[in-house]
Amino acid sequence: MQFVSFLVNGISLGSIYAIIALGYTMVYGIARMLNFAHGDVIMIGSYLVFVLMGSLGMPPFVAVLGAMVGCTLLGITIERIAYKPLREAPSLAVLITAIGVSYLLQNVALLIWGSNPKSFTSVVKMDPIRLFDGQLVITGETLATIIISVIIMIALTLFVNRTKMGRAMLAVSEDKGAAQLMGINVNRTISLTFAIGSALAAIAGVLLCSTYPTLQPTTGAMPGIKAFVAAVFGGIGSIPGAMLGGVLLGVIESLSKAYISSQMADAIVFGVLVIVLLVKPKGILGKAVKEKV
Amino acid sequence: MALLEVTNLGIVFGGLQAVDKFDLTIDKGQLYGLIGPNGAGKTTVFNMLTGVYAPTEGDIILDGTSIKGKQPAMISKAGIARTFQNIRLFNQLSVIDNVKVGLHNQIKYSTAEGIFRLPSYYERESQFRGQAMNLLEIFGLQDEAKQLSSNLPYGKQRKLEMARALATNPKLLLLDEPAAGMNPNETAELMETVRFVRDKFKIAILLIEHDMSFVMGLCEKIVVLDYGRIIAKGNPEEVRSNPKVIAAYLGGE
Repeated sequence: MQFVSFLVNGISLGSIYAIIALGYTMVYGIARMLNFAHGDVIMIGSYLVFVLMGSLGMPPFVAVLGAMVGCTLLGITIERIAYKPLREAPSLAVLITAIGVSYLLQNVALLIWGSNPKSFTSVVKMDPIRLFDGQLVITGETLATIIISVIIMIALTLFVNRTKMGRAMLAVSEDKGAAQLMGINVNRTISLTFAIGSALAAIAGVLLCSTYPTLQPTTGAMPGIKAFVAAVFGGIGSIPGAMLGGVLLGVIESLSKAYISSQMADAIVFGVLVIVLLVKPKGILGKAVKEKV
Repeated sequence: MALLEVTNLGIVFGGLQAVDKFDLTIDKGQLYGLIGPNGAGKTTVFNMLTGVYAPTEGDIILDGTSIKGKQPAMISKAGIARTFQNIRLFNQLSVIDNVKVGLHNQIKYSTAEGIFRLPSYYERESQFRGQAMNLLEIFGLQDEAKQLSSNLPYGKQRKLEMARALATNPKLLLLDEPAAGMNPNETAELMETVRFVRDKFKIAILLIEHDMSFVMGLCEKIVVLDYGRIIAKGNPEEVRSNPKVIAAYLGGE
């Protein structure tokens, strides 16, 4: 029964990684860049909820919506100011810019909110569920995280595959030039991708801080890196890949904490990534790119 | 009034004058051929007409408005569509979704309507499906609608590219080597298709092609490029007997 409990916690943690990884993988698929500032957008989102709920006394639902709007605007602004001018630049220049934006966001948060960790009030007001005569306890946060993640994944899959903006995103990710010649506005499509990724980051931040309630300017860094690993693990650029990679990563992390060593958990997670990439260099669901000769 | 008027068009890459003093007038419903040896600058002309390259000089006027230097997406909206020399379909998308991408600007609904699946979303999406299926039927692709476009045989991929280009509702269709890699039967069938498309959609077509019998048999007027310059222009007979054209193709002093 303990195993089931660790498994459920792993799935819950993994769902958060998956939501963050979706942001990474969508932006990579469309703009061919690694947005290393994505993790810090999560942190900003959490602080926004913290302020809206704690200082301004808004109800949790409104605070989360506010954070989503805030992060969406932040994501679009970052893209417009920092990445758009580098559209034709070598990918290393964009990568370094993204790392710069990441440090900028962390230090802005440090200036505004200071370095002392804030304790985050959970937005989930659900009683824990006890199963099997109390042998298995699932907290409200865990359950809410899993449910919300499943909803997001279904909604996103429907959006991408069934709407014209989603199709435009797929078309741009495959062939920017041809998409443009079919009348698709590539810049607007990239903005939309950043907007969606950042709104998801806000949700991920809230769920993360509801489960692990300490908030500081570096809160987003480690989950950001792990979600990036999850995206690569599943096959970067692939939306189902990010979902699968995120959940697998969470489960591996949770089970290794439980049965092997909590200090070694991160090392094991990254070790598994190395092994997967040795066997499948494009990730689990990644597409092998055929070179035309 | 002419549909497309290109005057004195030129582009320089570094120190290379790839296309120079290119003039072209295409009337509504005309079938126009653009020929020339390899490297003459034919695809470069297409790239300037569609906004992929910004011309260094000259002007392009479509239906009375200048489109020179505009972004490709804007030019597509203005009414120029194209296919590619090496097929560039969206391979990860189904056949019908490829056509729907072409319909992107024809059917409008906002992102919010798409996210929240308002009734207007369903209405517009079914409109999308209907129009896309109509186009697929014209090219005999309706049975393959759900397949991935990369699984289609070569000839059908070429047809799908044409269907996708027509989905953008163009006034002028540019075909870049539509008969490349086709056998004589397929080429003959393609000629019929191109004529049919012109009559059915009432559009002008400008095509690049190396297959001389195809171009001579299909086009009403032909322009010949060599080293980036026009060396001949006229109807097929005039072009065929032009000594400069013969020299460019067969070599001369």
